[in-house]
Amino acid sequence: MTATTAPLAALALGDDALVLSHRLGEWAGHAPVLEEEVALANIALDLLGQARVLLSMAGDEDELAYLREERAFRNLQLVEQPNGDFAHTIARQLYFSTYQRLLYGQLAAGKTRFAGLAAKAVKEVAYHQDHAEQWTLRLGDGTDESHQRMDRACAALWRFTGEMFQPVDGLDGVDREELRTAWEESVGQVLGRATLTVPEGPRTGAWTAGAGRQGVHTEPFGRMLAEMQHLHRSHPGASW
Amino acid sequence: MATTAHRTARTREDDRTDGRSDEDVLASAYETAFDAAVAADERIEPRDWMPDAYRSTLVRQIAQHAHSEIIGMQPEANWITRAPSLRRKAILMAKVQDEAGHGLYLYSAAETLGTSREELLDKLHSGRQKYSSIFNYPTLTWADVGAIGWLVDGAAITNQVPLCRCSYGPYARAMVRICKEESFHQRQGYELLLTLSRGTPEQHAMAQDAVDRWWWPSLMMFGPPDDESQHSAQSMAWKIKRHSNDELRQRFVDICVPQAESLGLTLPDPELRWNEERGHYDFGPIDWSEFKQVLKGNGPCNEQRMSRRRRAHEEGAWVREAAAAYATKHNGAETTSAGETSAGDTAAGRTGTAHTGETGVRRA
Amino acid sequence: MTDTDWPLWEVFVRSRRGLSHTHAGSLHAPDAELALRNARDLYTRRGEGVSLWVVPSAAITASSPDEKDPFFEPAADKPYRHPTFYEIPEGVRHL
Repeated sequence: MTATTAPLAALALGDDALVLSHRLGEWAGHAPVLEEEVALANIALDLLGQARVLLSMAGDEDELAYLREERAFRNLQLVEQPNGDFAHTIARQLYFSTYQRLLYGQLAAGKTRFAGLAAKAVKEVAYHQDHAEQWTLRLGDGTDESHQRMDRACAALWRFTGEMFQPVDGLDGVDREELRTAWEESVGQVLGRATLTVPEGPRTGAWTAGAGRQGVHTEPFGRMLAEMQHLHRSHPGASW
Repeated sequence: MATTAHRTARTREDDRTDGRSDEDVLASAYETAFDAAVAADERIEPRDWMPDAYRSTLVRQIAQHAHSEIIGMQPEANWITRAPSLRRKAILMAKVQDEAGHGLYLYSAAETLGTSREELLDKLHSGRQKYSSIFNYPTLTWADVGAIGWLVDGAAITNQVPLCRCSYGPYARAMVRICKEESFHQRQGYELLLTLSRGTPEQHAMAQDAVDRWWWPSLMMFGPPDDESQHSAQSMAWKIKRHSNDELRQRFVDICVPQAESLGLTLPDPELRWNEERGHYDFGPIDWSEFKQVLKGNGPCNEQRMSRRRRAHEEGAWVREAAAAYATKHNGAETTSAGETSAGDTAAGRTGTAHTGETGVRRA
Repeated sequence: MTDTDWPLWEVFVRSRRGLSHTHAGSLHAPDAELALRNARDLYTRRGEGVSLWVVPSAAITASSPDEKDPFFEPAADKPYRHPTFYEIPEGVRHL
């Protein structure tokens, strides 16, 4: 099966999980405190597990992960953003895990082929959201420096959040309006408790809304894929 | 309010300043009890009296062990982002995560001896405490991940299994947990190498190259030969250590030779052969000058490993400060599960501010 | 409190329902909420538990090894607390 005929929804959700897992994996050995090494790796492993199930619904997991070109990936631009400092990573986690929890909550209750996976994953994602929330509170309401860093991170990633509420083929049962309202309420409430302000400004870039889902990505993503795919592609047909 | 722990500690300190004869009597009584416990294969626990040298030997060894776990994350994390299949990527992430966990268990064990993790990290960062030299070698190819699992973790396990019976309770308990978790590390390494060895010619060559590079450094992990080992005899007497360096090294070689054959890979030692008389494999001389050079800081990655570790710690400082500041602001407003835990089931009342591990020694 | 000073917590894990919480180890955390989460990540990542307690290490009062004799030895010479102390004629059952 070629990537282009793979069902879009499985790719979209699978690529989100795969790419974010990869980014979190880049933290290994760098986390601000040892306990957080373990926490970030747990989240990365949950996401990788989800990615493998989802990509397998669309084809061969390794072919899809390692042999597709950048333009064939369907993940949100949000999840491919570089880790930045810990505040950027946490802001990215907050935005994404809130979205993923709400989305998977709907999918788990629905009748699509994703219901089973979503029912299992929503428990993992609830923990991810809690982790992001705990750290958003501590960084936002910690020291002046952490407040400023968190504020900057939330603002910098804000423009990637609009994409989450664009329609995705195959996820027709999802109530996107409800998703958006619930996301805004949840994120707004956490930011408020963290003494942070909800960023203003556009929620979509100059690109067509839904860019990542259409295979339009940001520059750092190409380098990320080059690193991720290099070894696999250097040995065509080999097993690992 | 003074806690029981405080009182005990104070009593002992007061006794020391009271007068020499009391001190001597007390010290020798404690020492007799300690020696008897070690002789009877009982465990020494954090609040027991122990000779200062026993304590400092343990701190040094446990700290070095903990540092090795943390620094040891780097060479393997080097390949997480390039792992060639999603299955391998998950395995490697889980393994590197375990190493962080093992570091944590070990720092906790060291903390029961009255030192803090922060002090230990300081000593690592300033070069006053060491980590295993093996991690100063680079991981050049994907096969190195397999070689580390098979040989480096294999050597570590050979060293660590006897430590599960170490005379110091918290260290022994940490090792039990670690050994349980490590067994998957070695197996995944072996399986990884086996897949490469049976794969394409390029993959096979990659596996052989990795084994060629990691074999000798793995043998050095057991430390200098017995007749040159500084701390061995005393550590054996205290039952911190149960077997000599050479004994463990031999055991490891004996295990590895048949495993290498099953892998279809060779070990880079022309002198390796079965000695019927000894019932062991003979092996060639180890280049201890290389070992000493790496130990001195002249290995291929010493500088890189240390600067990366320091940078991670420094870059994390603002995060740790933020969380501490938040805790201070919100102290008392924490959600707790106090309602669920019945008082009778939990440990006794709230007391002072002593920092202890396993309710052990007060931290200065 | 400085950054160098995240306090130490003791972690107790209930491995399954019906068993009591058992001491598993310790960790550092700035507050109880993170201590609980760190404990979950660190001590139950292989499915080792269904419930966790975290207790500030400083909050535990421990018996002293110096008090070993007065604390624990008196309990050792009361064999009548143990069922094996009593002789029962052969053939008597359910006792």
